[in-house]
Amino acid sequence: MSTITFDKVGRIFDSVTAIEEINLHVRDKEFVAIVGPSGCGKTTCLRMAAGLDFPSSGEVRVGERKVAGPGPDRAVVFQQFALFPWKSVYDNVDFGLRNKRVPASERRDRIAAVLKVMNLEGYERSFPHQLSGGMQQRVAIARAYVLDPAVLLMDEPFGALDAQTRVLMQEELVRLARVNPRTVLFITHGVEEAVYLADRVAIMTRRPGRIKEIMDIRSVREAERWDNRTRIEDVMDLESFVHLRTAIWRSLREEKTKETT
Amino acid sequence: MTPRPDGRPSRAEIWVLGAAGLATFFGLWAALSGFGFVSPRFLPSPAAVAMRGIFLLAHPFAGASLPVHVLSSLGRYGLGFLLGACVGVPLGLLMGWYRLLDDIVTPIFDALRFVAPIAWVPFAALWFGTGIGGPVMVIFAGAFPPCLINAYRGARFVDKKFLEAARTLGAGNLRIIVEVLLPASVPSIVAGLRVGAGLGWQSLVGAELIVASSGVGYMMVQGQSAVSTTTVLSGMVAIGIVGYLVDLVLREIQTATQRRRGLA
Repeated sequence: MSTITFDKVGRIFDSVTAIEEINLHVRDKEFVAIVGPSGCGKTTCLRMAAGLDFPSSGEVRVGERKVAGPGPDRAVVFQQFALFPWKSVYDNVDFGLRNKRVPASERRDRIAAVLKVMNLEGYERSFPHQLSGGMQQRVAIARAYVLDPAVLLMDEPFGALDAQTRVLMQEELVRLARVNPRTVLFITHGVEEAVYLADRVAIMTRRPGRIKEIMDIRSVREAERWDNRTRIEDVMDLESFVHLRTAIWRSLREEKTKETT
Repeated sequence: MTPRPDGRPSRAEIWVLGAAGLATFFGLWAALSGFGFVSPRFLPSPAAVAMRGIFLLAHPFAGASLPVHVLSSLGRYGLGFLLGACVGVPLGLLMGWYRLLDDIVTPIFDALRFVAPIAWVPFAALWFGTGIGGPVMVIFAGAFPPCLINAYRGARFVDKKFLEAARTLGAGNLRIIVEVLLPASVPSIVAGLRVGAGLGWQSLVGAELIVASSGVGYMMVQGQSAVSTTTVLSGMVAIGIVGYLVDLVLREIQTATQRRRGLA
């Protein structure tokens, strides 16, 4: 059982309260997106789950264990991809497997499989700078997926992509999530993206960040059979989708307005 | 030639300007010695220096021909530079990684930094003699600091996202140092090697002026004793050319490493 639990988590940076008190429980194999105004601390939440940052109060648990540092059970996809520019596509994907001491022949098979799923066959020997942004991000996702992690942490993974590529990647991620469900924590400022991808969407307040409300998307998705439609625009046309999107927009707008007054 | 939109001179213009500068330099030199303003004994004409240089290519002076002196210098230089790089680069990387090591080494380093490589010559001669050890130590004193400082800077200012990515992918310290810190620092390390190579070469000839019984520097000192200004100047030209060639090789390496990452 791989759950992520934020238990009364607060984080203070140099006497600035970034996060006040976050309570959030991501269930096993559930896809939760966090949306919020910029600077609200959503990335900090993800970093604390990854073990790259630590709470000033409260604790973050993955499964039953308190997060004490990074680990390959929790794969991270960064906004800026963070591929190693001096390693080929193959070696980038191989890096985590070697750290886990996976035998060579098994590594080869797993890398071939994940590159196939991510449509990267034939690019094994390419270097990141030779690839488009969308392909680089597919490599970054492959690098995370190949470890078969119980938990996937994604920090605005599509933020640096152009609109068309982003849509394709979102569809790809939905496909992956249905075939091979994981516990996912997904940070974004894109409301449509959150509604399209997530089972639940957590809305954060502006700084100091708290969880303002949590919207259940999954029940609507299942009731309205969103998954029968493969294209994102067909889903986005549905009244149920528009309704959820507008509700989240409104909630975020309130936060924006507070900011300016 | 039409001016470029950004107002900078074109490639061809730069070439012409450079050639004009060199022509003026050699013209003035030739004029000073040729028209008898300065005695050719103190300032021989460029042609005389070139002739002497060509003569020295095949005929021994101070025990060996010029190429043999150059090779002898290059041998010491290679050894000293290699030593400086092999100690400087790893130590710099580790200092960038371990705060503790940084805190221990930096004060020692800062204290010794302002002792010029040439200032090590007497000490080097006392400790390692005038054969190969002394000069090698002086070259080391020249090449080591830039190698260390640049490796240190490279490691210290590695983009954090690479280190974080490596840690979330389960890498241990050793693997991060070898596979992330080192390659991420390569551009800075290579820049350091270039500076170190230049300083090492300069220091070497300085060292050979005092210690050593062969090498370009030694040949020049012998030329000075024999009041053979052409020999001295030939040595200087040889130093310049070899130094330039060494830098050219390192510059190529630098470009190649950048190209591999799509930076050039």
